[in-house]
Amino acid sequence: MATAVKEKQKSNVVLDYLRPGKAMPTVWCAGCGHGIVMNGIIRAIDKTGLSKDEIVMASGIGCSSRMPIYLDFNALHTTHGRSLAFATGVKFARPELKVMVVTGDGDALAIGGNHFIHACRRNIDITCILLNNYIYGMTGGQGSPTTPSQAFSTTTPYDNAEKHFEPTKLAIAAGASYVARTTVYHAPQMEKLILNGLLHRGFSLIEVISNCHTYFGRLNRQGDAVKMINDFKERSVPIARAKSMSAEELEGKIVTGLLHKKETTEFCDVYQSVVDRVQKGM
Amino acid sequence: MAKKERVLVLGNQACVEGAIYAGMRFYAGYPITPSTEVAEGCARELPKIGGRFIQMEDEIGSIAAVIGASVAGLKSMTATSGPGYSLMVENIGYAYMTETPCVIVNVQRGGPSTGLPTKVSQSDTMQAQWGPHGDYTAITVAPSTILETVTETIRAFNLAERFRTPVTVLLDEVMGHSRQIISLPEPGEIEIFNRVKPTVSPEEYLPFEITENYVTPMPAYGEGYRYVITGLTHDQKGFTTNKPEEIAPKLHKLRHKIIDYKDEITKLRAEMMDDAEIAFISYGSVSRAALQATDIARKVGVKVGCLQLQTIWPFPDKEIAEICGGCRKVIVGELNMGQIVNYVRSALPGDIEVVPLQRYDGEILTPMQLIEKLEEVL
Ligand SMILES: Cc1ncc(C[n+]2csc(CCOP(=O)(O)OP(=O)(O)O)c2C)c(N)n1
Ligand code: SF4
Repeated sequence: MATAVKEKQKSNVVLDYLRPGKAMPTVWCAGCGHGIVMNGIIRAIDKTGLSKDEIVMASGIGCSSRMPIYLDFNALHTTHGRSLAFATGVKFARPELKVMVVTGDGDALAIGGNHFIHACRRNIDITCILLNNYIYGMTGGQGSPTTPSQAFSTTTPYDNAEKHFEPTKLAIAAGASYVARTTVYHAPQMEKLILNGLLHRGFSLIEVISNCHTYFGRLNRQGDAVKMINDFKERSVPIARAKSMSAEELEGKIVTGLLHKKETTEFCDVYQSVVDRVQKGM
Repeated sequence: MAKKERVLVLGNQACVEGAIYAGMRFYAGYPITPSTEVAEGCARELPKIGGRFIQMEDEIGSIAAVIGASVAGLKSMTATSGPGYSLMVENIGYAYMTETPCVIVNVQRGGPSTGLPTKVSQSDTMQAQWGPHGDYTAITVAPSTILETVTETIRAFNLAERFRTPVTVLLDEVMGHSRQIISLPEPGEIEIFNRVKPTVSPEEYLPFEITENYVTPMPAYGEGYRYVITGLTHDQKGFTTNKPEEIAPKLHKLRHKIIDYKDEITKLRAEMMDDAEIAFISYGSVSRAALQATDIARKVGVKVGCLQLQTIWPFPDKEIAEICGGCRKVIVGELNMGQIVNYVRSALPGDIEVVPLQRYDGEILTPMQLIEKLEEVL
């Protein structure tokens, strides 16, 4: 009984953050992992104590990028791949705002790859949540830069001849100061990693492995949403354990947890110090 | 009143001066000849006044950051040239759709493609109206002197804020890289327009409301009005829509908020047009030559006038027809293969002959060339 009440309260937290009006229903397929991520984001934001007015949520184009429309923040649903550049403008113009970006693997790493690496490089204080489902969901299942070699998509109907990106490695190499990975199976971990990303001053990337059972699952015979999410669980290895595993052992595994954190200066802060110096005539 | 200080100003720097005067506090850009001095000027000047400058990774990111900064409440600008403008067009379309004020300066060089980085051209005139896909109505201004570069940049910001729309300032290599001695406007001398803010409560606020005069107040992010900004076609609340009865009014607004108020936007400079039998019609750097040619021809008694389009888009067809109504012929001088000439043709009655004078070899039209054409058609 007590747990039931607690559960109810918990879910009300989510309802509190849904945008009033006619935003619903979502465009997402039943069981799509993106909904689970939205849930995790809400719970993390709720813990920060930030007001809704202070939060800007930007996104590009894709199933994942629809999220800001459903949430009761300042929503900037932009063009495909460009959300980090838009978000850079928002954050730099008003550093007091908390700026988040929700993006997909295609949005962030293909068309938006350049903005992605440069946002990391600047270490601008943006919390970027990358919903990686290894495929283009919105356009119907085409290959993306994270589609594994040999996986099927509608544009790799025989085999994927390309190699894939690991977004977290890319982010670390490019200069992001907080980099984490989790999956939609690991809801509490997701919430914690997003929360810590929000609290971190600098560019934070939280990659969440999400299920597109409609396309990736179907084309690769991975079954329905439940089966795919279970598979994420099976294949996940916490970073602490992964450290003592060989490359062969880690083949096909999803390493989860906080992968990288570095205390370093943040872009807007440094620019402000430049402004202060120039204004003092130094 | 104390005599104003006279200063030697480079065209691209004049653009920076105008922008700052208008209240620009955010610049994002990517270097490209012949516009780079605009970025460099902003990088130098903006920190001094607490503004922000950022060199983005490309022009797509530049215009994106400019739009982001604008919705966050700052007047913002970018400057580029043809190849960069081409990269920007998708997001300029986003600014039209989301009704986000911003200013885009295009210091034109020869095209297509990488073209002529250091040579003059006016071949992006059409692109300023028709760059992005879709239906919308563009505003484009085109100064022809260094002082006008200051004042037209100010006007571009005022129009952007007034109409909640991107505005293009068309310069060209000669405009950007020539210097003149001018007096900069004093503070308060030119009126500055700031976007209208909502006065209703957030609950009542309709971010894309279609009001009678099409003015839709625009809050900045963080001011308590949380709404959706999307490039998808949306209703008055900002929610995406597929309903015909909501789609058409949105597109209607994008067009009519501009063309119904064309009188506020259109600006032309008519010199010696009152009794002119022949008129030079031009814009940008060509207008400098046209004015000189007019002076020279008038001295020998030729009844010629000079009409400069300071607003190119929306095209000032009605005004051209009025001003040139008494002419027999008009000579349309452009540094391209003919981009406005057909607009002029359709603005004028059939008995006024429209004579094109085009140059597209990377060089300017000289006063002598204009006079030669005048002699030919006399
Ligand atoms: C410039 C441009 N090119 C292509 C598209 C079409 N498009 C829309 S979403 C998308 C891919 C989205 O994939 P991803 O970012 O992985 O998100 P998901 O839908 O899988 O969540 C593409 C190619 C577009 N909207 N704009
Ligand atoms: S197509 Fe895939 S990514 Fe898109 S909503 Fe459906 S399951 Fe989710």
